[in-house]
Amino acid sequence: MTARLRIANLRSRIAGPFELAVEAGECIAITGPSGSGKSLLLRMIADLDPNEGEALLDDRDRRRFHAPEWRRHVVYSAAEPGWWGEQAMDHFPASEHARVLGLAERLGVEPERVRDSLARLSTGERQRLALVRALLLDPPVLLLDEPTGALDVEATACVETVLRERLAGGTAMLVVTHSAEQADRLGHRHFRMAQRRLSPA
Amino acid sequence: MTPIVLTIPDLAIAGSLIVLDGVLSVALRLGLHRQLAIAAIRLVVQLVLIGFILRGVFALASPWLTLGVVLVMIAIAGREVAARPEQRLTRFGNYTIGANAVAFATLLTAILALTTAIRPTPWYDPRYAVPLAGIILGSVLNGASLALDALLSGVVQHRAAIEARLALGGTIGQAMRPLVRSAIRRALLPIINQMSAAGLVTLPGIMTGQILAGMEPMQAVKYQILLMFLLAGGSGLAAVAVTYLGARRLTDDRQRLRLDRLSEKAKGRTA
Repeated sequence: MTARLRIANLRSRIAGPFELAVEAGECIAITGPSGSGKSLLLRMIADLDPNEGEALLDDRDRRRFHAPEWRRHVVYSAAEPGWWGEQAMDHFPASEHARVLGLAERLGVEPERVRDSLARLSTGERQRLALVRALLLDPPVLLLDEPTGALDVEATACVETVLRERLAGGTAMLVVTHSAEQADRLGHRHFRMAQRRLSPA
Repeated sequence: MTPIVLTIPDLAIAGSLIVLDGVLSVALRLGLHRQLAIAAIRLVVQLVLIGFILRGVFALASPWLTLGVVLVMIAIAGREVAARPEQRLTRFGNYTIGANAVAFATLLTAILALTTAIRPTPWYDPRYAVPLAGIILGSVLNGASLALDALLSGVVQHRAAIEARLALGGTIGQAMRPLVRSAIRRALLPIINQMSAAGLVTLPGIMTGQILAGMEPMQAVKYQILLMFLLAGGSGLAAVAVTYLGARRLTDDRQRLRLDRLSEKAKGRTA
């Protein structure tokens, strides 16, 4: 069986080398102390930081993708998401507005908040809307950096339900989390990052 | 129409105003008299030196010497452009980008003016080429340094937004576009203000100089208009060149945002 995402000897000046294979529908949970390299790994896989080694999506080498095309398939969602527009709706294609509102509602964000100024939203609302941005692309691989870091128990449950549906639909996921419980709930396998090296937990 | 020739005693009388400033500084304890004296002496020495150099260059009228003088001026302006932004690109990036953009904008604008509107014979006559390049350089330098500063500080400030766009599969062009636009806008605002205020707030320097030198006011006005257009064109070209060259330095063949190419010191300050 071929892995949805496979990385081999992936390394940068400051992290790695990393080896990992993620099946379709599989969720890998990564925990570890702050600064241990969890975000670095996700950024390297998404090709946002300079790195060497191999990354393959469904056995197709990353080098055969244009960089933006690769990132549209292997989508990284940062722990502190960035915004370039005034309101959340500015960050979605006009043709997708109905889907945006539907997804936002499922994640527990009131539809009218999507048209509010981003500065007026809570950190948790912004975090969930950033997740909507990533989900909207229907990528085969999701790299989520603390997707529920700023959320209460209820909102976390909403997010996890949606993520589980995506897993059932064949999405492969790497989820960085500070919560061991979340790692158990979502992750099929659990890795620990320490000093920029990954090992099974 | 002949200019009124100034003599050394004429300048000495005007120089007494500097002495007056010095007396004020002592009387009011401004502590500025030393600086004032040095600045006044520098002004005289630098300008007299330039006067001799220009006299020599004009007399020789050699195209290569003229080009050499203009290139030295461009190199100095390039260094100014590089020094003003708070952020520094590694591997002398600021300087390379500044000098290239300044050279491109200045040479293009100056040669256009010399071969079409002003048309001295020969077109590279240093009496026209050198002062024209000089005045264009001043404006180009301003535009280029504003654009570079806006680009480099903006890229640090908006890092998360740019990377969010990249992470969602946007191209580096899409991700950088708002920043590129605002950097070029920022560079062009001063010259736009200068054009709208010309003649209302102050009489522009060139025009004033030419009227003092005996030129008929409408002739002086036409010169000033021509020069303002050249300055606006030069600033625009320099701003665009500096911004695109800078943006290219901040990315690579995988369309990443390469903030590691800004110097360590600059990164620490904004972290």
